[in-house]
Amino acid sequence: MTYLAKPRLRHPTLTQNKVGYTRRDYEGRISTLCAGCGHDSISAAIIQACWELDIEPHRVAKLSGIGCSSKTPDYFLGASHGFNTVHGRMPSVLTGANLANRDLLYLGVSGDGDSASIGLGQFANAMRRGVRMAYIVENNGVYGLTKGQFSATADRGSRSKKGVINNDSPVDLVGLALQLGATYVARSFSGDKEQLVPLIKGAIGHGGAAFIDVISPCVTFNNHGGSTKSYDYVRQHNEAVSRIDFIPRHSEITAQYAPGEVIDVQQHDGSMLRLHKLHTDYDPTDRYAALSYMNARQERGEVVTGLLYLDPQATDLHLSLNTSDAPLNSLGPTALCPGSKALEKLNASLR
Amino acid sequence: MKPMEAINDFVIKFANVNGSGSASANELFAKAILRMGVPVSPRNIFPSNIQGMPTWYEARVCEQGYSGRRGGVDMMVAMNPQTWDADVAEIAPGGYLFYDSTRPIPASKFRQDVSVIGVPLTEISNSAFTDPRQRQLFKNIIYVGALSVLLDVEAEVFETLFAEQYRGKEMLIDANVRALHLGRDYVKEHLQAPLGLRVRRADKVGEQIFTDGNSAIALGCVYGGATVAAWYPITPSSSVPEAFQKYCDKFRVDPDTGRSNFAIVQAEDELASIGMVLGAGWNGARAFTATSGPGISLMTEFIGLAYFAEIPVTIINVQRGGPSTGMPTRTQQSDLLSCAYASHGDTKHVLLFPEDPHECFEHAAAALDLADRLQTPIFLMTDLDIGMNQRLCKPFVWDDARTYDRGKVMTAEELEAGKDFGRYKDVDGDGIPWRTYPGTHPTKGSFFTRGTTRDPYARYSERGPDYIYNMERLCAKFRTAADLVPQPVLRSADQPTSLGVLYFGSTSPAMQEALDVLTASGIHIDALRLRAFPFPDSVERFIAAHELVFVVEQNRDAQMHVLLVNELGVDPARLIKVLHYDGTPITARFITEAIQKQLQGATALIKEAA
Ligand SMILES: Cc1ncc(C[n+]2csc(CCOP(=O)(O)OP(=O)(O)O)c2C)c(N)n1
Ligand code: SF4
Repeated sequence: MTYLAKPRLRHPTLTQNKVGYTRRDYEGRISTLCAGCGHDSISAAIIQACWELDIEPHRVAKLSGIGCSSKTPDYFLGASHGFNTVHGRMPSVLTGANLANRDLLYLGVSGDGDSASIGLGQFANAMRRGVRMAYIVENNGVYGLTKGQFSATADRGSRSKKGVINNDSPVDLVGLALQLGATYVARSFSGDKEQLVPLIKGAIGHGGAAFIDVISPCVTFNNHGGSTKSYDYVRQHNEAVSRIDFIPRHSEITAQYAPGEVIDVQQHDGSMLRLHKLHTDYDPTDRYAALSYMNARQERGEVVTGLLYLDPQATDLHLSLNTSDAPLNSLGPTALCPGSKALEKLNASLR
Repeated sequence: MKPMEAINDFVIKFANVNGSGSASANELFAKAILRMGVPVSPRNIFPSNIQGMPTWYEARVCEQGYSGRRGGVDMMVAMNPQTWDADVAEIAPGGYLFYDSTRPIPASKFRQDVSVIGVPLTEISNSAFTDPRQRQLFKNIIYVGALSVLLDVEAEVFETLFAEQYRGKEMLIDANVRALHLGRDYVKEHLQAPLGLRVRRADKVGEQIFTDGNSAIALGCVYGGATVAAWYPITPSSSVPEAFQKYCDKFRVDPDTGRSNFAIVQAEDELASIGMVLGAGWNGARAFTATSGPGISLMTEFIGLAYFAEIPVTIINVQRGGPSTGMPTRTQQSDLLSCAYASHGDTKHVLLFPEDPHECFEHAAAALDLADRLQTPIFLMTDLDIGMNQRLCKPFVWDDARTYDRGKVMTAEELEAGKDFGRYKDVDGDGIPWRTYPGTHPTKGSFFTRGTTRDPYARYSERGPDYIYNMERLCAKFRTAADLVPQPVLRSADQPTSLGVLYFGSTSPAMQEALDVLTASGIHIDALRLRAFPFPDSVERFIAAHELVFVVEQNRDAQMHVLLVNELGVDPARLIKVLHYDGTPITARFITEAIQKQLQGATALIKEAA
């Protein structure tokens, strides 16, 4: 049996959010991933984030590629339409879906194999086009689903479970996202829900291409001594630049400034991101500073997490294309078909 | 040798240098003849190259209206020194050679059996214009002017065309008229005109329009309601999305808000362009991409997903010479198999075969309807010959009462009313399941789309029976498609015959002519023009009703023949291959000779058996 439905027991005491849903309503089918897989923690964080954001689950479209990570959309937001596309090519499908209906919220879930190898081109181009979505890479440094080969994000010198040493330099998706024009860039760790949930909330509320690279250890193939994507390694080397709170647009905003330590940034939908800066020299609105800060820390073997970059003035593909407010998939012949009169005129011009 | 004589029936070919501005002058020449009521069918012949390389424009003037390529050249306008020898050699005995006589050319470079007409085009242009670019551009108009006197085309026709083309730009009109008359005056003064080849006013054009297949497809996509287009440049398909952009800018920008009712993305490659089309189709928009063979190769993984996950997508394949980069600027019909069975595993796809721009328009709109109705990829199969050449055809028509067939989409109300929804369930017995658009209903009708097997309720499954149910249903759907696609067109012979011929797409004009020629020579053949795959029953009946059936196509491996044998189980011996695949458009001469030769062989065989 490869499909497990989750029993739908509604406990009357479960708390409802503003749109009348309980946390249960944001769950999906029972995960078939290995017990302890970091990806399951990310699913839980997505569930938490959407519930806290009072999003109606069916207003979300969740798309993914192929891999253990890409299976996860089946395990959250059961009332949303999901699409498990082909290996590495989720970004294009999501782009098309977004063009068809700008009114839904788009969640793209991918793996490091999916996004940094076969799908690197699509990842890059979706970022530079500014497709509005929350793009989450569940980064474990290996191919989980095909049983433990190195992925392109594996660090040089790290070891596979079988003891093979990786000789290639890693692809840093965060660095790429920064360079390519993503307007919300973060890195987190699947084991740090406190940090991850507000980051996901911020990404969903963001008005352009939001990217979160989540280190997500693969307990089966990449959670051993030689790995730099294991739970222990990340816990020891984690260097958080910020903790963030997400303040939705509808709640009252109270400013509490402790200069040099807390800043508030308003997002396109009116929501606020409150950054508790752990490093007073860290400015999350400076794309190039973010890049060099991250690179410097990386040199020292540190994994920098937190909200690394945010452009509050983000734009998206619909703005560049100047598309109508009405979703394109809702338009009928009246809006789309020029009619027979126009055609006769056109015929006349072709004689 | 006696110079050739013909009125309203000749082939003229222009040998030019790419980038010299000759394209618009040549088109102007063709249009002027059309305005005289005489049908013309031009073809661009261009190697895969950029500026400075050779390019040809071959126009067939034919009062009878045959628009297939005739073969042979009666008059060569040799404007490219680089290709001079080959161009001169191509002229039919008794034909004409027109050239720029500014610089002397040795006598050995000419032929005795053709009439040579020299006009010092460069000299005339240089003395009249000072700007180098103008000198170049107007040289073309000067040769058009010279030819107009030689071939007896009226000056007023050109003047009207200039006035229409440059409306509001008086300076340009004047300069063009001036250049035209420089050419005309030179010929009148120095040469004997008109020639044996001539144009004479007729009324054989009527209401027909003159346009190319790629623009017609783009227009069909606008009328058919496509809102998302994603593409990656490739010859000969690029002008489809480019024309779509042009028409959308004209027709699809809301006058009140200035906002667009369409989205066009030039993707990073074909993988992304088909991916975007899939995403848009999944999310309820009508979407298409346009490409050619190599692009189809890249798209196949996604095409398999669209087939299996049942997502509407429209793919326009403007075919060119393959395999690989083959002959990128030449025409072929050689992607039939790679499209009919695109992707791994058991797949079958719907293909449409328009014959001319008129049908390109109709089939493009139909493809969008079919994609939604059948929830599957629909391939619109044209080729460079239809796509990039202008052709006379019936005008476009649109019935304002026509609505879009969005297929089986379950609404929130239907879900609310408790209608059972199983995404991959065959409830109507036609193999087509119901779908919902994302975001339809808060609690009902959502499903997970994937390329892996699932049960009728879209739940992941690795059970054999679930897989088989699904695969069988897809076959049932394909059979349903046979009734929905454009049906074949029959042209019966004048008298009962045991001979039949099957053909499709751009072969059509050459076939019309070949059938007339064959009839005149006493060979009667029933002809069936295929307009789609899967084949409707009428195709099988047609084959059964004839002893020998020729299958005419433009590829080496008889791909349509393979499809017919494979899908209909007909005896391959009854289907005779007529194959043309050198990259040039098939001609009536070729078809006629091939059929005559085959028939001689067949008669010999019959005699032997007796
Ligand atoms: C075109 C193609 N090539 C290869 C595969 C096989 N494949 C499936 S998942 C996968 C790697 C997944 O790795 P990653 O994206 O890191 O996800 P993880 O399983 O580690 O979460 C590969 C290579 C495929 N499905 N499609
Ligand atoms: S193989 Fe690794 S990535 Fe895949 S489910 Fe197991 S732990 Fe997670």
